[in-house]
Amino acid sequence: MDVVQMLQRQFIDYMNSLYSEYYLDDQFNQLQKLADESSPDFVIEVVTLFFQDSEKLLENLSKALEQPVVDFNQVANHAHQFKGSSSSIGAHRVKNQCVKFRAYCEEKNREGCLACLQELQQEYIVLKKKFEILFQLEQDIVQKGGIVPTKD
Amino acid sequence: MNNSEDQGSSSSSCSSYYEDQPHVLAVDDNVVDRKLIEKLLKTSSCKVTTAENAMTALEYLGIGEDQHNTPKALKVNLVLTDYCMPGMTGYDLLKKIKESSQMREVPVVIMSSENVPTRINKCLEEGAHMFMLKPLKLSDIKKLRCQVMKRRH
Repeated sequence: MDVVQMLQRQFIDYMNSLYSEYYLDDQFNQLQKLADESSPDFVIEVVTLFFQDSEKLLENLSKALEQPVVDFNQVANHAHQFKGSSSSIGAHRVKNQCVKFRAYCEEKNREGCLACLQELQQEYIVLKKKFEILFQLEQDIVQKGGIVPTKD
Repeated sequence: MNNSEDQGSSSSSCSSYYEDQPHVLAVDDNVVDRKLIEKLLKTSSCKVTTAENAMTALEYLGIGEDQHNTPKALKVNLVLTDYCMPGMTGYDLLKKIKESSQMREVPVVIMSSENVPTRINKCLEEGAHMFMLKPLKLSDIKKLRCQVMKRRH
């Protein structure tokens, strides 16, 4: 096996693990279908937007929960936004964590929200790292003259 | 079946021999969703204009607050709007469009990540062409395009 084949194998295995461990779901596959010759970087662009948007939302959530009187409607709105964007890119675990978060919002449970937020931040950090590894593998394959494998 | 419509589904397949591309005004306050919707529509051979809120959408349509028959108003074949938006919701936008003499014939499709039957019915009763569940897929948009093009011809 040459270097490109090895990298391609690594890429496939990594991608499969992201699906089997539910970091990603079929919606991510939908995104990949949309990349073409005219927009080869579509997936990276959307995921980058997702990173920027998520970090803003996480900060807003943190600030909102720090207030002496918590506006749970505002907190729920941020969580709803986060749920929406994570769902749209197929970020399955992050989305599920957002759903849990909203349940605590509805109960107006500040402690519950804070604990959930921590978990949400963790899920997000882990996912971001995984995407970075995935995109790096893609870059390595392309740099060595190979083609990035697509999911059947 | 996760999408509801107010019209019966047609049995004939939709061919893509239409030369002109439908122009869709896509309204969504979420930046990630806007990017996705824009790409889904462009991939389905639609011209796209995006708006990040309902007020901007109304201005593009020429029926905004301070407008009097703006000649620059966009000609659109479909408005695709998110339901949950701050300020004016997708439902409010739908109502404004249906109340307008110039725009009421334009089909409006509402999207939402939440499957709430009362919400769906409310939108359909107000004249929404269709209600679609997010996250949107390419097959959803292709089906929608087919329907919109059939209405035109």
